[in-house]
Amino acid sequence: MSETHEVHRHPAPTGFIRKYIFSVDHKVIGIQYIMLALAAVVVGMLMSLLMRLNLSWPGTKWSILETLFPAGAPGGVMNPEFYLSLVTMHGTIMVFFVLTTAPQGGFGNYFLPIQIGAEDMAFPVLNMLSFWVTFVGFIVILAAIFLSGSDSTVGPIGGWTGYAPLSALGAIAGPGQGMGMNLWIISIAIFCVGSLLGALNFITTLLNMRTRGMSLMRMPLTCWAWFTTAVLALLSFPVLLGGGILLLLDRTAGTSFFIPGGLYVSGVLSGSNPNFPLHTGGSPILWQHLFWFFGHPEVYIAILPGMGATSHILATFARKPVFGYRAMVFAIFAIGLLGFFVWGHHMFISGMSPYSAIAFSVLTLSIGVPSAVKTFNWIGTLWGARIRFSTPMLFALGFVSLFVAGGITGLILGQSSLDLPMHDTYIVPAHFHLVMGVASIFGMFAATYFWFPKMFGRLMNERLGQIHFWITFVGVYSIFVPMHVMGLVGMPRRFSSFTEYEFLKELHPLVVFVSIAAIITITIQLLFYFNVFWSMFKGKKAGDNPWEATTLEWNTTSPPPHDNFAGVIPSVYRGPYEFAVPGAPKDFLMQADSGAEVTSGNGHNGHKH
Amino acid sequence: MATMVTSTKTVTKTGKGSGSKFPGPNGNGKKNGHEFLDADSRAHRYRIGMWVGLASIAMMFTALSSAYIVRAASANDWFPLAMPRVLLASTAIILASSATFEVARRKLKAPTVAAYSRWLLITAFLGLAFLVSQLIAWRQLRAQGVYLSTNPHSSFFYLLSAAHAIHLFGGLLALLYLLVRARHVLSDGAVDVRRRAAADAVGIYWHFMDVLWIYLFLLLFFWR
Repeated sequence: MSETHEVHRHPAPTGFIRKYIFSVDHKVIGIQYIMLALAAVVVGMLMSLLMRLNLSWPGTKWSILETLFPAGAPGGVMNPEFYLSLVTMHGTIMVFFVLTTAPQGGFGNYFLPIQIGAEDMAFPVLNMLSFWVTFVGFIVILAAIFLSGSDSTVGPIGGWTGYAPLSALGAIAGPGQGMGMNLWIISIAIFCVGSLLGALNFITTLLNMRTRGMSLMRMPLTCWAWFTTAVLALLSFPVLLGGGILLLLDRTAGTSFFIPGGLYVSGVLSGSNPNFPLHTGGSPILWQHLFWFFGHPEVYIAILPGMGATSHILATFARKPVFGYRAMVFAIFAIGLLGFFVWGHHMFISGMSPYSAIAFSVLTLSIGVPSAVKTFNWIGTLWGARIRFSTPMLFALGFVSLFVAGGITGLILGQSSLDLPMHDTYIVPAHFHLVMGVASIFGMFAATYFWFPKMFGRLMNERLGQIHFWITFVGVYSIFVPMHVMGLVGMPRRFSSFTEYEFLKELHPLVVFVSIAAIITITIQLLFYFNVFWSMFKGKKAGDNPWEATTLEWNTTSPPPHDNFAGVIPSVYRGPYEFAVPGAPKDFLMQADSGAEVTSGNGHNGHKH
Repeated sequence: MATMVTSTKTVTKTGKGSGSKFPGPNGNGKKNGHEFLDADSRAHRYRIGMWVGLASIAMMFTALSSAYIVRAASANDWFPLAMPRVLLASTAIILASSATFEVARRKLKAPTVAAYSRWLLITAFLGLAFLVSQLIAWRQLRAQGVYLSTNPHSSFFYLLSAAHAIHLFGGLLALLYLLVRARHVLSDGAVDVRRRAAADAVGIYWHFMDVLWIYLFLLLFFWR
């Protein structure tokens, strides 16, 4: 009796529902997460498109808007509340349902078990639940658009950060702040639960289910990134959940956690009207602390999987080992750890003590150290390499470029003295869109082009991929670099138009330029969608290892069978990035190659014997 | 474009069981796999999963505690409740339930499961009694006109005790699951290992709920 049989813990399901809908197979769940993100990102992008249209051509009549949102765009002209609700929902959908789901729930779910040589996640049913809970969260956030309780908006207007007291007061605080805000909080709470189930599964799987020989220091950097991301999610989402419960109680049960006394809102004094019960003594800043204690780790939840994928792809296409594997692992950890101690840099203008601000500043800038370690190691990996410029590699290089370009302004905004004048100007969206938004998305593009042949057995079209890369790459810089300039001039965030500000009028051509760049960049994404769905059926057959990569996922068929390795789980004999090993028969040695002993000159084998 | 590699199949086939020059220090193949060992690994998995899950529960209560401390210090509307006496009984009951659970877990090593089931049942009843005593405390406060929104301290009392009660209710469901599982006759070693692992994991959770209540009790009524 070999172990070949007992690894079939749950036999491959046959019915459509069990196989594709309520599947417990981590690969199907991973694809479900990716599909969810692909749907959510369309909603988020369309919202940003509407915002750009309003900013650059204010007052234009868009008859389609009048049809869809008669009160939000009376006569086809967007009103400011409508714009604010677009800001809110764009941020919420992008951060939660795109940047958190695709990198971790999608690619992590699909590839973490395969890369460590496991047949599935540790708790497959929990894994299925985590996706469906997240899916319900998405339905609820969409419901917040249409059931906002006020027909003039497409949802709440308080921004994705939901600052109290605006978020805590209920319908009296403005359109969309009634039922729309309740649904927003409920959706986020549901999302927290789904993410926690996922994080629990990732951590247990990685600690418990590595195959024979897969020591921690032989894991691909992707696995380290997903693991650290899971730890961040595990420790930060409960804080948001707790804060969300307090906020919901403030709104519905008359408590005063975040609502100070004596508020006078929309002509009504607190306690003088049944719509606005008496509140005393709450602390709006408390919400900011709870939110940002979650919110800052959240940006690393978005970016770390992209870093992992980038390291992985750079080594594969440079045909060189990752430079400083060990340093990369510790840098991932350091970024994750420091991420928990810097939340105050989002709150420099909240009236915090300057001494706290200095502490938060110093800690924030210290994240530059592990970030620089990663960046220089990426460059070290590329140094002197004969690079294969395939599409995944282009996007990975794009990731490095965007991470540096966006990260540099982090060093500026992280200093309280500089942040005070720059806060809430366009330089802040410019910074975080580059470093957390677009860089993460580039990481996911790279991951998609790289792993697509493994997931569907066919390669994505290379020519379309290259066109997609170059236009997107130039496009995102054209969108976000001018925003730095606007920010330095003093253009404030979240304003629906700037026609009334004399000092901003001469920036208008720049605003129009950004919008045109955004329209082109958004349009070219259609090419990506086409490439994905076309290649699924018509792409070139990939074979098992089209990129000549080394890690375990390339040891199995494309796509992998239900139990990943057809019952024969490979053992691991070496580190993850053994490219160009002197004396080796090929220019790469797979982790499962047990073959001839080679003199390991620069391979990163974690175990010295 | 890279050329295709076609030789990976043989590598996969010879991968496992061909002896390893580098002994695998981790993973589930410490010895060559048998069902029993796999069950052992699964058992370990329950415990890891439980500790990881508790870390996130602990984080949520940490967040709520820090909100409690900040809120208490941030305004002059903080009027602490007098402790409802019945909470002393709650505390005693939940402490006793931890003890009875440990007794049950020890009985699991005995060849028969009757004693194990009996002590599990006692633990479940104590858990239920705890929830009832919490309910009595809430009703007493309500009778005094102290509601969720009456003042910040009452808000936190209702919130924290309810959040704990919900988690404890989950623990009760887990106890019932153990009871149902205990009725199955042991067939082989693997099942035995998994049953003990399930009991261990539920035990960790149950004791954590105990400690969590003691902490909340001290925070709510003795932290000033």
